[in-house]
Amino acid sequence: MSAGGPGGGGLSRRQFLGRGLAVVAAAAASGCRVEELIGRSFRELSRDDVARVLARAARRQSARFGRPVTVDGAGPLPGVDFGYGLDLSRCIGCRRCVTACVKENNPSRRRPQIQWIKVLELDKARGVDLAHADAYYEADAVPRPGHFYMPVQCQQCRKPPCVKVCPVGATWKEPDGIVVVDYDWCIGCRCCMSACPYGARHFNWAEPDLPADELNPSTHYLGNRPRPKGVVEKCTFCIQRVRHGRYPACVEACPVGARKFGNLLDPESEIRQVMERKRVFVLKEDLGTQPQFYYFYAT
Amino acid sequence: MAWAWPRILLGVALGGALLLEPGAARGADGGPAPLYQAEPPPFTPGIFPCTQCHQGPGDPTRRRLGFHDDVQDRFDHDAEHRWCLDCHDNADRDVLHLSSGERVPFTASYRLCGQCHGDKFRDWRVGVHGKRTGQWNGAKTYYLCVNCHDPHSPRFKPLRPDPRPQRPEEMGP
Ligand code: SF4
Ligand code: SF4
Repeated sequence: MSAGGPGGGGLSRRQFLGRGLAVVAAAAASGCRVEELIGRSFRELSRDDVARVLARAARRQSARFGRPVTVDGAGPLPGVDFGYGLDLSRCIGCRRCVTACVKENNPSRRRPQIQWIKVLELDKARGVDLAHADAYYEADAVPRPGHFYMPVQCQQCRKPPCVKVCPVGATWKEPDGIVVVDYDWCIGCRCCMSACPYGARHFNWAEPDLPADELNPSTHYLGNRPRPKGVVEKCTFCIQRVRHGRYPACVEACPVGARKFGNLLDPESEIRQVMERKRVFVLKEDLGTQPQFYYFYAT
Repeated sequence: MAWAWPRILLGVALGGALLLEPGAARGADGGPAPLYQAEPPPFTPGIFPCTQCHQGPGDPTRRRLGFHDDVQDRFDHDAEHRWCLDCHDNADRDVLHLSSGERVPFTASYRLCGQCHGDKFRDWRVGVHGKRTGQWNGAKTYYLCVNCHDPHSPRFKPLRPDPRPQRPEEMGP
C-alpha cells in the first residue's frame, strides 16, 4: 500500500479542521446526520479496518441484490502509472465500448441513466470542435460519411480540478494515476461535476436502477461497487480489472482496436509505443489538467 | 454476409518470439509476455484443407474461375492487379507464399500482409495497430490481420451502432 492508499497516514491539524467544518456545513445543507459523516474515508483506514469495511460492504451489497457480491480493495501496483490511448483514425463510433462499460461497472440503467463513456460525433470538416459535437447520433451504420468519432471519459488528470474542489476529500488521485471516489464519503454536493472540464462525472439523483440480474458481482470498493443514491461516480479505468493486470472492459470490447492501455513507466508497453510512434494530443490541453488519456492518429 | 465465418476457439499458443522484437511487451516477471493467437484464421466452413480438392499444382494463368464465386464476387483487394495465386501457393494449397516464394502457414499470414503493409505490420507487432485482450502486464491474446479484415475485401465494414444515450429531457426528474 502506498501513501495515498489505505493505511497511509493521518490528517494534519489544519486539514482536519478544514474538513471538519466542511463536513458540518455540508451535513447541515444536505440534511445528513453529522455522525454518519465524521469518521474516516477509505484511504485513511488502517489495514484491519479496510478488511472490515470490505467485508461489511460485501455483506450489504449481497443483501441488497440477493446474490453474492465480492468487494475487492486491491491497492496500486508498485512502479505503475496508467495511461490510455485512443486512436481517432480508427474509432467508428459503434458505442460497443459504452455497452461494455455499462455491463462491467454497474451504473444506474435509466432514471438516471449513467454512462461513463460518451461517444461524440464530429464533422471531419470542422475537426475537433466540441461546440458542434453530437453524442445522440443515430444511424443504421457507422462511420457516417463526413464524420469522425471521439469517445470521451474521465481523463484521469494529473492536476485534477475535481479533486481540488471536493470539500470533504471524498475523491483523490491514487499513485497509479486513477482518480477514485469513496461513495461512502461523498456528500453529493456536485462541486466536482462543475469543476471537471470533460463532463466525466455523473450524479445519482435517484436510487440507482440496477436490476440484480444485470449486476456484475465482481467489484472494487473504489470502482464498480454499486452506488447509493446521492453520490457522484466516474470512469476508473476499470480499477477492479486493471489492478489485477487485466485490460479495461472498453479496450477488449472495441471491434477496431482503437483503444490502448498500459503502464506509462514501461517503455515497451503499448501505450508508450503509441506515444513514441504517433502524434498524440490531450483534450483541452490549455486548461493544464494534464490528462493521462491520450488521443492519437495512427495513420 | 461474406465475413460471417464461424470462429473456432482453439487458442493456439505461438512463441512470442515469432511476433515480437526482443524485450517487447514484458510480462509481470520481466520476461517476455506470452502471446496467444486468438483464433485460427477464419475459413469458409468445410473448405479447409484446400488439398481436399486441389491436389497437384493447377493452371497458373490468371483467369475467372468456375468455383469460389463467393470470393471472386467480393474480391476487392487491388483486384485489378492480383488474383488467387499471388498469395495462395499453387503447389501446396494448404499454405500461402511470400513474394520470395517462401511458404507460410495460414497462422502466419501476417507475414504475407506485412510485405505490402509494412507500416501497419510494424505497428501491429508492438501493439499499436490491431487488438489484444487479456493482461496489459502479462499473457495476451492477439488477433491476426485476417481476424478483423477479410483478406479478400479488407476494408472494415460499417456497423450498426449501439443505442444512443437518453437525452436529459428524456430521463425526467
Ligand atoms: S476528467 Fe474530470 S473527473 Fe476525471 S480527473 Fe479530470 S477533472 Fe477529474
Ligand atoms: S468500441 Fe471502439 S470503435 Fe466503437 S465507439 Fe468505442 S472506441 Fe470507437
